[in-house]
Amino acid sequence: MANSASAPKPRRLSRRDSSLGDKIFDICNYVLLTCLMIVTLYPFLNTLAVSLNAASDSIKGGIHLLPRDFSLENYKYVFRENTIFTATTISVLRTVIGTIVTVFASAMVAYTISRPEYVLRKFITIAFIITMYINGGLIPNYLLIRDLGLINNFWVYILPGIIGVFNLIIIRSFIEQLPESVIESARIDGAGDFRTFFNIVFPLCLPVLATVALFTAVYQWNSWFDVFLYNSSNVELSTLQYELQKILQNSNTTSSAESAFANSANGSAIKVSPLSIRATMTIVAAVPMIIIYPFLQKYFVKGMTVGGVKG
Amino acid sequence: MEKNTALAASTMTPKPQPTGLRLFLKRLVQQRMLVLMSVPFVVWLFIFKYVPVWGWTIAFQDYQPALPFKDQKWVGFHHFDALFSEDRFLIALRNTLAMSGINLVLGFVTAITLALLLNEVRKVAFKRVVQTVSYLPHFISWVVAAGIIQTTLAPDGIINELLKWFGAIDKGQEYLFLGKAEWFWGIFGASSVWKDVGWNTIVYLAAITSIDPAQYEAAEMDGAGRLRRMWYITLPGIRPVIIVLLIMNIGYLLESGFEPQYLLGNGMNVDYSENIDIFVLKYGLQQFNFPLATAAGMFKTVVSFVLLFSANHLAKRMGQDRLF
Repeated sequence: MANSASAPKPRRLSRRDSSLGDKIFDICNYVLLTCLMIVTLYPFLNTLAVSLNAASDSIKGGIHLLPRDFSLENYKYVFRENTIFTATTISVLRTVIGTIVTVFASAMVAYTISRPEYVLRKFITIAFIITMYINGGLIPNYLLIRDLGLINNFWVYILPGIIGVFNLIIIRSFIEQLPESVIESARIDGAGDFRTFFNIVFPLCLPVLATVALFTAVYQWNSWFDVFLYNSSNVELSTLQYELQKILQNSNTTSSAESAFANSANGSAIKVSPLSIRATMTIVAAVPMIIIYPFLQKYFVKGMTVGGVKG
Repeated sequence: MEKNTALAASTMTPKPQPTGLRLFLKRLVQQRMLVLMSVPFVVWLFIFKYVPVWGWTIAFQDYQPALPFKDQKWVGFHHFDALFSEDRFLIALRNTLAMSGINLVLGFVTAITLALLLNEVRKVAFKRVVQTVSYLPHFISWVVAAGIIQTTLAPDGIINELLKWFGAIDKGQEYLFLGKAEWFWGIFGASSVWKDVGWNTIVYLAAITSIDPAQYEAAEMDGAGRLRRMWYITLPGIRPVIIVLLIMNIGYLLESGFEPQYLLGNGMNVDYSENIDIFVLKYGLQQFNFPLATAAGMFKTVVSFVLLFSANHLAKRMGQDRLF
């Protein structure tokens, strides 16, 4: 959508376009936008450079865009720890399972509330929409999860968030735009509601479901608060984001001077420092998103404009 | 609720039909497949979204975790009185309002400006690159963002280095940015802009595409330059979208976010970083004062509800049905 926005106006070939004022404007605009790109990208590249630099050298500071003393030692160290392997597995598992469950369940419920003849249609729609406005809040939710026995349980990552109202509404709108004849003809062939949904409607909804899947996957991958709240006493259920959060929390309390000292106390053969570990973990936690995102950008943008304001 | 639907169905059907409830049940049986596909998720919704609202009763009790519900002692609005005479809560409320206010103003101004600038770029490839780069931080978690921000603001981070380079500070005078409490709101605002400014342009760029190109041509005939066309055509063209988004965002005034404040907050800036959500977390799950924390959470939800509802109503009256 935003990509097609790149040609909002037909090309104007008047004389004024090449006037001096326009040229100055263009130059300023390009400079400003280039600055924006630098400000956006520099912190990422800097973190990457620190993660690829030998820890003993990074402490001296002054690393910018390129590693000064290239080394993969930080990554080796991070992945030598068993917890990071477990955490990666759990992160991947919750992302995959959470996305599949959310997409399937949201599509199914959206289908039922898109059927005009369904007697519970209005009741279900309203019941979902009310939850957009009212939620119990942290403490009652915590007590509920505890009473359900979901503390220290993998399913606490999946169950509480199966269906989001926003997803439900955009899928329903999409289904309602499908030609009714498609569903009718399935009915005439004798398909029940589930078969109509699964064989006909679900495949036709793939464009909007792709968007929902992507948003869900990003949400699942990036979550750490539920780990902190419910599963923090079980390392086996930790995720990459939560492991990174723990590192940040630690480095928040110790100043970098102290940590440098703590390391130099270990003798001259220091391999790692909190600074380097933090940078390395940041990259490990961020890289999957950064890699897949440019390829899937158009689906994300579509999702924003499907549910967003019509201009 | 089901009875209401049944009633509605019965009033709509002519007299000779079976009674409302029986008709309703008959149709329910006919539509058992749809029921089977949706009702389990209604049960899920009830458990995970409605049962916690019942937990609000804790805010009115002298809650003892070990006791069953019927044995709890009711104390009326006692915890709310305590809440509003609690200094930490008032500070948290101030911080919440300040940070969401900053976010609102800064977020809008920067996103609209960037959208206008992007719209003026004629090299399609350059525009795509800027868009891809500026959307990027939206997809990383706040944990990763906080890691990056901490590195950037560290005493040996790039900001301090730039300040030294410009001669604003000398070596050894590096700022501990996250240790300066009164700077926290600014750091929070800048971080939020860094993370989301690109992403927030999407809606505006989509709105700009619907502006009639003839308007630009006419303005050009009249001799309007680029800046004037931006100011007199593009900006008024997206005004309805701006107004609706503004109204909607006012509905989220008490939702200043949780993650950035929690992740960037520390003992030194707590007086400026602690918002209502963090207050609830601290009092509830770290000090186990469930009633007070529930009261704070309930206050937030109720005020948000009123704000959101009025905002939606207002947005609807302005002719835009963003939300149902």
